[in-house]
Formats: sequence, C-alpha cells, structure tokens
Amino acid sequence: MHEAVIEIESPKTGEVVQAAYEHPWAVRFSHWLNAVSLLVMVASGFQIFRAFPSFGAKIPQKDLLHWPQAFALGGWLGGGLQWHLTFMWIYIATGLFYFGYQMFSRNYRQVLFTPRDIRGVWPMVHYYFFFGPKPVVHEVYNPLQKLAYTSVVGLGILSVVTGLAVWKPVQFSWLAWMMGGFHWARIWHFAVMWAILFFLLGHLIMVILHGWNNFASMLTGWKKNPEYLER
Amino acid sequence: MQTRIDSRKFKKVTRRELLKLAPVLAVGAFAIPRLQEPLLKAGLGFSDWASARLFRSGHLATTFPDSDVVPLETFPINGYDVADPGVDLEKWTLTVTGAVQKPGDYKLTQFQALPPVRQNTRHVCVEGWDAIGRFGGARLSDFLQLVGADTKTRFVYVECADDYYESLDMATALHPQTLLCYEMYDQPLTREHGAPLRLQIPTKVGYKQAKYLTSLSVTNVLTRVGYWEDQGYSSFYGL
Repeated sequence: MHEAVIEIESPKTGEVVQAAYEHPWAVRFSHWLNAVSLLVMVASGFQIFRAFPSFGAKIPQKDLLHWPQAFALGGWLGGGLQWHLTFMWIYIATGLFYFGYQMFSRNYRQVLFTPRDIRGVWPMVHYYFFFGPKPVVHEVYNPLQKLAYTSVVGLGILSVVTGLAVWKPVQFSWLAWMMGGFHWARIWHFAVMWAILFFLLGHLIMVILHGWNNFASMLTGWKKNPEYLER
Repeated sequence: MQTRIDSRKFKKVTRRELLKLAPVLAVGAFAIPRLQEPLLKAGLGFSDWASARLFRSGHLATTFPDSDVVPLETFPINGYDVADPGVDLEKWTLTVTGAVQKPGDYKLTQFQALPPVRQNTRHVCVEGWDAIGRFGGARLSDFLQLVGADTKTRFVYVECADDYYESLDMATALHPQTLLCYEMYDQPLTREHGAPLRLQIPTKVGYKQAKYLTSLSVTNVLTRVGYWEDQGYSSFYGL
C-alpha cells in the first residue's frame, strides 16, 4: 500500500521511529501550484464580480454583495480579467498534470473515494463532530478524507466547465444550455467557487488541528510515525 | 526488514524533497512589478489566440423567441462617456477606406437597401450582465461585398462619433449574424443605442459592438485595437 516505509534511528538516543513516503513529488507540486492559482482565480474572480455584483437584470440592478476591493486582485475589471484569463491556463494545466500522474502511476488508489469507503465515512464524521470513538486508521487517507479530496477534485473540474460556459457561451452553447443558459452558467460558476472555498475552510482547520508533522508531509512527502503504522 | 537510516541522513532526504518543490516559486514572477505586466499581457494574448481558434464561422449564436426579449426600456445603455454625441442624422455618412474597391461615403439608405436581417440575440456585457434584445440591420458581410472589400485582409476597423473606436477580426466580420445595425425592436435605432448605425455581434462581448459609427476601414495593420482593448481588455473577446 505504501510506497516506502523506513526506520529512522537517532544516533544519540538510539530511538527508532518509522516514516512513510506519502505524497509523491507530482502530487506535492500540483498541490502547491494549485494553491497559488486557486487563490489568484478566486481573488481575480471577485474583482470581475465587483463590476456587476448581481445575478438579476442590469435594470434595475440589485447588488448581491459588496466585496471589498482589499480582497480582490487586479485593481479594476480589466486587471481582474487579465489575472483570471492568465491563471486559468495554469489552473487547467496543473489539473491535467495531476490527473495524468495519478492515472499513470496508479497513485489515485490512495485518494479516490470508492463505494467500499462509504461505510467508513460516518464513523469519521461521528468522531470529528460528535465526540465519537476514534476509528482505526488503515490507510494514508481515511474514508472522510477520500470523500473530501475526491469531491474537491470534482469541484475543480466543475469550476473549469462552468467557467468555459461563461467565457464562451456561444462556441460552447451546449454547455451553457446544459446549465440553463449563460445567465445560469454564471450563477453555477459562482456557486462552485463557494463550494471550493467551503472545502478550503475545512481543509485549513484540519491542517491546523493535525499539526506540523502532518503539514510537513505535503512539503517533503515524508510523514513520521503515521497512525496506520502503529502497532 | 525495513531500511534503517540515521536521523541526520533522513534530514538530508527531506530537505532534498522540499527543494524539489522550488519550481512552484516560478509563479512568484507574477509578483515582480517589472515582470507582472508583460506576463499578464502574454497570458491574455494566449487567451485571445485560443479564442480565435475556438471561433467557428459557421456556428450561430442562439436566437430567441419574441417572448424572451426584454422590453426596450430595460435594455441597458452603456456608452463610455456620453449617451448622445450629437450626430447630425440628416447629413450622416459612413466613410469607407482601406482594402476596398469602392471607398467613399455611404448613406443610411444604402445600408437599408441591403437584405435586412432581424434577430433576437443575447447581448453579453464584459461586466457580467446579459440581455436578450431584438436587432435589425444589414449583414456586415453583405456590406463588405458591396464595397468590394478584400476579405483576405485581417481586420475591420471602425471609428465612432464619440471618439470610441473598435476592430474586428475578419472571420467575425464575415459571420452571418454580424450586423451593421440600424434598428432595435423594429424601430430606427435611438440615439442612446447608437443611431444611426452600430455594430451588433452576438458572437462578441458588448464593448466590441461600437455605436454611432462614422468610418470603417478594411486593413491588415491596426495602430489602435479598441478603446477598452488599448487599456488592457481582451482584443478578441469572442463569446
């Protein structure tokens, strides 16, 4: 299951701990590049949204929310569009690289949520949110993590597909039609962004709760004393 | 039996793995002021290149039944400065220059004599709003044929009574839904909507659809792309 597990011996104390190589380079590279481009896409997206912060008619215009300029990227609509239309290529390329690697290396088996993971979701939710007993961990990712990561990858795909319908509602009129027309494609694109931000919030809370050793594994690939190796 | 290494060796391993992430820092180039503008310009240019390739000259924008059209009163008016640049509608002509066999000044009646087209199409603004309206006019392709334009030329460039200016790629100019529009809602174009003649292009974003046209040129070289494009908007922005 694990690509590599090694033992590390401290020369002073002679203490031995185990470490597992959890995240291959391609996954870590994609993760951090995507983290940057996602933030740029969200911030420049808000800049674009500021130009018409509504989903209704232009006349009369009812603004949905006033997003502060401090959390928008680009300075004005044209600037926001430049960032958005530039980083979308990085965002898409990173996604394609990630998919290519996961399929080719078969590393996707570590993270893809499959029907056999369904049973394990509730015990994890019970543990995290309702003070239930801690389930035994067997793998790098527990079933709830697999569900979250698989879902957010799906949301990433949706963000591109809905974005394509907003950017090219005529050339991809079938896409826009599937979403209920250009008007609705814009609403879906916005909704998908919030879903991703919701994931991000949960993700960040979990990263903070699980501490440095867990965080460092996304930087170096290696995790010391992972739970699933405990005997 | 598992591999056993000492902790100093492990530190070296993890440091090397961390350094392998350095390529991510390349996006930091976007944070360097001197590089930011050319990088974003290149990114936008790539998007425009891709847009031009995605454009299909035979693919029509969706047309809508009369029941989907918004009332004329709620069809937004987005002039860039004045709603009415004071065009003398009696004396108005469109001055045609460039790679054409019959350059000169063309009167409104000459546009009205071309086969009329009426279409209910969606107008999409770069800001994000959209409105379905009813537009009428002559196909730009018919007019280009009338003046004997060389359609192998790359661009159609227009100037307006209010100093606005725009340019179109030839593929879009020849698209059957690209109109020299002189009617909205079956009535002559009102001043705030660009009387007497404007561009109406369902395959382009709103700012490309210039109002109050005064001149049109068929050309291979653009010294200016468009009022908004020259300030940083996308040059192609096809929908």
